[in-house]
Amino acid sequence: MAMAQAKLDATDARLATLSLPTGGWAEAARRDALTRVQATGLPGRRDEYWKYTRPDMLTAATAAEAAIFDADEAPVFGEVDQLKLVFVDGVFDAAASDDLALDHVRIERLAEAGSADIHWARDLYGTLEIAGQTPVVRPLAALNTAFATDGVLIHVTGAAPKPIALVYHHSDPKSDVMLHHVIRMDAGAELTLLESGPVAARCNMVMEIDVADSAAFNHVRVQGRDHERQAATHIFARLGQESRFKSFTMTANGVMTRNECVIELTGDDASAHVAGACMGDGDFLHDDTVFITHDALNCESRQVFKKVLRNGATGVFQGKILVKAGAQKTDGYQISQSLLLDEDSQFLAKPELEIYADDVACSHGSTSGAIDEDALFYLRARGVPHGIATDLLTLSFLAEAVEEIEDAGLAEEIVTRMEAWLARRRG
Amino acid sequence: MLEIKNLHVELEEEDKQILKGVNLTVEAGKVHAIMGPNGSGKSTLSYVLAGRDGYEVTEGSATLEGEDLLDLDPEERASLGLFMAFQYPVEIPGVGNMTFLRTAVNAQRKARGEDEMSATEFLKEIRAKAKELQIDAEMLKRPVNVGFSGGEKKRNEILQMAMLAPKMCILDETDSGLDVDAMKLVADGVNALRDEGRGFLVITHYQRLLNHIKPDVVHIMSNGRIVKTGGPELALEVEENGYGGILAEAV
Ligand SMILES: Nc1ncnc2c1ncn2[C@@H]1O[C@H](COP(=O)(O)OP(=O)(O)OP(=O)(O)O)[C@@H](O)[C@H]1O
Ligand SMILES: [Mg+2]
Repeated sequence: MAMAQAKLDATDARLATLSLPTGGWAEAARRDALTRVQATGLPGRRDEYWKYTRPDMLTAATAAEAAIFDADEAPVFGEVDQLKLVFVDGVFDAAASDDLALDHVRIERLAEAGSADIHWARDLYGTLEIAGQTPVVRPLAALNTAFATDGVLIHVTGAAPKPIALVYHHSDPKSDVMLHHVIRMDAGAELTLLESGPVAARCNMVMEIDVADSAAFNHVRVQGRDHERQAATHIFARLGQESRFKSFTMTANGVMTRNECVIELTGDDASAHVAGACMGDGDFLHDDTVFITHDALNCESRQVFKKVLRNGATGVFQGKILVKAGAQKTDGYQISQSLLLDEDSQFLAKPELEIYADDVACSHGSTSGAIDEDALFYLRARGVPHGIATDLLTLSFLAEAVEEIEDAGLAEEIVTRMEAWLARRRG
Repeated sequence: MLEIKNLHVELEEEDKQILKGVNLTVEAGKVHAIMGPNGSGKSTLSYVLAGRDGYEVTEGSATLEGEDLLDLDPEERASLGLFMAFQYPVEIPGVGNMTFLRTAVNAQRKARGEDEMSATEFLKEIRAKAKELQIDAEMLKRPVNVGFSGGEKKRNEILQMAMLAPKMCILDETDSGLDVDAMKLVADGVNALRDEGRGFLVITHYQRLLNHIKPDVVHIMSNGRIVKTGGPELALEVEENGYGGILAEAV
């Protein structure tokens, strides 16, 4: 079918602002990605996959400006013993970053390593992204593969002695950024990756993670608290036998955030957990779009998404579990819930199961509700003021998602941030 | 202590009158009991006093030590010293029992302009009180009332009461669902709190509880009113003959 003219025009307008980087091992992948974007066009309002979230802000030729957010609290994870990699408006800042040396880990900057002719990342860059384009296309991710010039390439060969933290700073109100990270986890390797801070006015982020047999990848991401942010992120992961993958995202604020997570369980006995807790107030749209494919025996996957919405904020969840023929003994779980703190806010959810194996256990549930009045009265009757009681119940609503974070210290820090977010809004 | 005058209450949602002129005064240091048939309005009275939404007071007043209760938020009433043990304690998943109680204790202290209780002090006190009520440490850590048996929920109410040390305690059928031993524990918990400065309003269907918690005054409530008031012998009469005679006489 021919592409609608409007979509074609929008895609052309966006592409006209970009120029394809040339040279180095990534060039072929970039050209291929550009061809794919041209073939599908960027997401449009009529696309089924963008039914609940208008892609316009994310596809516009130029980004809307976003005010620089002045943080009034210490940086998230600031106290964690970590190897810090800093990006300012999407550009790696070596001076602000730690030394890249870490046992069992090789860290390189895409902008530098990209000019080489041969590199391990060549086998992964754009490869997992392409795999994630079927059965649903994700043109923003292809756009990123084509044009992203910075990011990190991380090769983990054993147990990383401490977490790697990607710390983002937004300093130019007009910055429009694409970052592409590639992570290769060798068999048995272990890594915790942290991400935090406002990236840019608009950002398009892709992370490709190859988790080999028995490797364990832990990811904890905090988006926000910048209010005018427009973000499209994609995580593409491929999981080998007995590997473990965990990703948790806390999102606070931002006018538009679409987080896509595409995971393929390709080795037996692998496990993937994806969780998110988002808190939106006012002009806020947050979309979690998750696609988990089970293509091996006895794998487990778990999706836990919680959204707290107030003052007309919108939450979207599209989550799918696809169990391929032969993927017996699959254990798939998915829950998406919203807590609507007022009647103006809304939650739109599309949970899906598609199963081609007969010996599987899959469940999904989606709910939308208000604060439990009986519980609220109970707390107040014991002397807990209305605002604090509401916050306690809100945190308890979010708890199931936070519990997906393996490290207790990181989980605690997330809860503290959530408490603070709520306390700032307490009437 | 607690003074209720000519209290008339309707449901907000439907045009239904439930309390039709309740008059009741509980003096400091005294235990009053209310008995009465199902649906006579006993729980409604305790909810209205505690400040639950959904009721409209159309006439009358309720004061605690002279302070008008009816215009206050539930938390303000609690901080003034009013406590209601729920007939059906609410389960709150995700909120730890300890966190909840400590938040409550300190919120009340703050509202009264007192110093907050330190974590160690709180822990020491709650452990001692939980032990008396045979509530184990593991139960304290669990989310509020989640997975508690009926009897455990009721004991948890008494634990909260003991920690909050209120001036006026309303117990709505705290004995129902309790086995004989648990009833004794609960009664001991209540008796331990009895003192000059504290009033109790004990709602019950059974004389048995009143053997353990000796009331000074017994009221019979029927159809939204207190229809008879007497001494402890009134409870014995109900136990023996039911409400028939008393209600016929009251009409
Ligand atoms: N929210 C409500 N909606 C409808 N009816 C109500 C509501 N609350 C109370 N009522 C009605 O008011 C009357 C009094 O109820 P209440 O619970 O106060 O009785 P009670 O004396 O506590 O009874 P029990 O001994 O069974 O606990 C009943 O007829 C009850 O059905
Ligand atoms: Mg009742």
